[in-house]
Amino acid sequence: MSASTLRIALVGNPNCGKTALFNLLTGGRQKVANYAGVTVERKEGRFMAPSGRLLQILDLPGTYSLEANSPDEQITRDICAGTYPGEAVPDLIVCVADATNLRLHLRFVLEVQRLGRPVVLALNMMDTARSRGIVIDVSELQRRLGLPVVETVAVKRGGAQALIEQVDGEVPAAAPRRPSDAASRADLHAQVRELLAATVTMPRVTAEIDDALDRWTLHPVFGLAILAVVMFLVFQAVYSLGKPMTDAIGDGFGWLGGHVAAWMPAGPLQSLVNDGLFGGLGTVLGFLPEILVLFLFIIVLEESGYLPRAAFLLDRLMLSVGLTGRSFIPLLSSFACAIPGIMGTRSITDPRDRLATILIAPLMTCSARLPVYALLIGAFIPTHYVFGVFNLQGIVLFALYLAGILGAMLVGWVMKHIRRDKSEHALMMELPSYRVPKLRDVAIGLYERGMIFLRRLTGVILGLTVLMWFLSTFPGAPEGATLPAIDYSFAGYIGRGLQYVFAPIGFNWEISLALIPAFAARETAVAALATVYLVGGESGGLGQALAGQIPLASALSLLVWFAYAPQCMSTLAIIKRETDSWRNVAISFGYMFVMAYTASFIVYQVTRALT
Amino acid sequence: MRTILVWIPPVRLSELPKGALAVVERVLDVHAADPIAQRLRDLGFVDGEPVRVVAVGPMGGDPVLIQIGFTRFALRLAEAARVSVRTGVAA
Repeated sequence: MSASTLRIALVGNPNCGKTALFNLLTGGRQKVANYAGVTVERKEGRFMAPSGRLLQILDLPGTYSLEANSPDEQITRDICAGTYPGEAVPDLIVCVADATNLRLHLRFVLEVQRLGRPVVLALNMMDTARSRGIVIDVSELQRRLGLPVVETVAVKRGGAQALIEQVDGEVPAAAPRRPSDAASRADLHAQVRELLAATVTMPRVTAEIDDALDRWTLHPVFGLAILAVVMFLVFQAVYSLGKPMTDAIGDGFGWLGGHVAAWMPAGPLQSLVNDGLFGGLGTVLGFLPEILVLFLFIIVLEESGYLPRAAFLLDRLMLSVGLTGRSFIPLLSSFACAIPGIMGTRSITDPRDRLATILIAPLMTCSARLPVYALLIGAFIPTHYVFGVFNLQGIVLFALYLAGILGAMLVGWVMKHIRRDKSEHALMMELPSYRVPKLRDVAIGLYERGMIFLRRLTGVILGLTVLMWFLSTFPGAPEGATLPAIDYSFAGYIGRGLQYVFAPIGFNWEISLALIPAFAARETAVAALATVYLVGGESGGLGQALAGQIPLASALSLLVWFAYAPQCMSTLAIIKRETDSWRNVAISFGYMFVMAYTASFIVYQVTRALT
Repeated sequence: MRTILVWIPPVRLSELPKGALAVVERVLDVHAADPIAQRLRDLGFVDGEPVRVVAVGPMGGDPVLIQIGFTRFALRLAEAARVSVRTGVAA
């Protein structure tokens, strides 16, 4: 690292726009959203200042105070204090403050200033402040604070110009270091009041639109109704917007596979291309539109500022099952994928709440399960309209999501009752201002998620699909064989072995076999079933093949299995990393296996008895 | 005319109805080195700060949403009970 590299740390209260500023400065694509605790790790980026100096920027988790209460806040505290392992103390601290929320944010600025290090204050969201009629006397604020103050608009191109010029110049002198004790901490509030009185005029303390919206969204009756409608619409939309596109892609690949295969000589290679690649991967790729629709809704909800409202409404309910309203956002992101969800639990202050949330996060139906659900629902549930508007398939999908949620509540309730430490849990959650989602942020979010899906598809899913094709093709049938060739393959033997375990819940050997690659990536179950059935000589779509091959009871049992089953490997790995305990990995694998097996057993046996 | 001074006893933030205005008196520690009380003070619950109960939760009126300064915080009743406030004209 050259001597002229300047190390800059971005710190500030949660949700003041540090990450948006970081992205603007470094051209990064870190996730931004409108709630406290989006950033839970230190992120590093660099850019070349106009003077030719290299600036290294650290984006840190937001915190209300340097007296850290949770793991993400500790990172910020330690880096600022220079005690973070392997991290030199930053040359300059850029304190980011929301210009519309200075009563709260200036206190933290003063606290950081007392560390005795060079500090620059960036007043962010200046555009919102102006539109709300907030007037800030920046030069007076700068004089009184004794540190450089610049205005920024992190969501606009060029919105960090003043900050870049400031940090590219001389590093400002540091204020004297002062110890932090109870009395001096109380002084900070008095100082903030003086500063506000002298430098800020606000026509009203809140945005009018927030008050108007909150009257409805937080209403005891309408608020809950709105929440239920929003959630239900998301799942209906996944089906009614995503499904037609999925079908088109699936048909397209079937057609393409047929044509490519026609050009190739018959033999194993033709089978690999047609059955494995086009049949298997094509089927999984077809679910990209549904996954993107789900993400579109999640990202818009995250950006809007609605999610903390939902957390407020649900806190009491979640408390009764051993969780906290703060669990709501990590759990909702687990509907996309449990991995970011589990990482997001770092913003949960209480270690017990955090562990409980981590353990139940995999029960939220992640987007990787969507292809499996969509395939089976498409094959077994009729397109019937209930009350003329609700698609029965959409309702079944909603019911499966609900099954996951109810299962999670049950597990949370059990954990709450076996937990020994019953001391108080804290909430203390900030509700941000509403915001219209920025098209650019939504587009970046969708692009990032789409690329992750495609990388999985061309990586682990492709590898497993080829392996499944190999296992179902070799060895070939012996001379004079009476059964279909696939029964003599490796796949046939493995599948029949597994069937001893899974027969009581209604899985045939093909399904049992598909569970193995599904443990690595759930979508692969679809590709694996497609490959096995196509190699086995079924023609037509996978849905038709399934409908012809397995009874309804088995299909429902498989759906329920996927709602609760211990998957996937990456989730277990992230549980290990986040809790640093193999015991928690064993607990989550064990309880989910038992739960999935029991639920599938009941569903299978009951459906069989009724049909 | 004589001015009648009325002493209004402090109440807890958790006891206020929706829409009520009050002024913080202080945050009480429930036990020694209470981290929840400390965090409340850091969030601005200090002597003389005006607060308002914006909304109450749908189940048992818990949690409550408190406007303090320019910010809204959701507090559970057990947290709000740590904040002693003065209500009425004494503000």
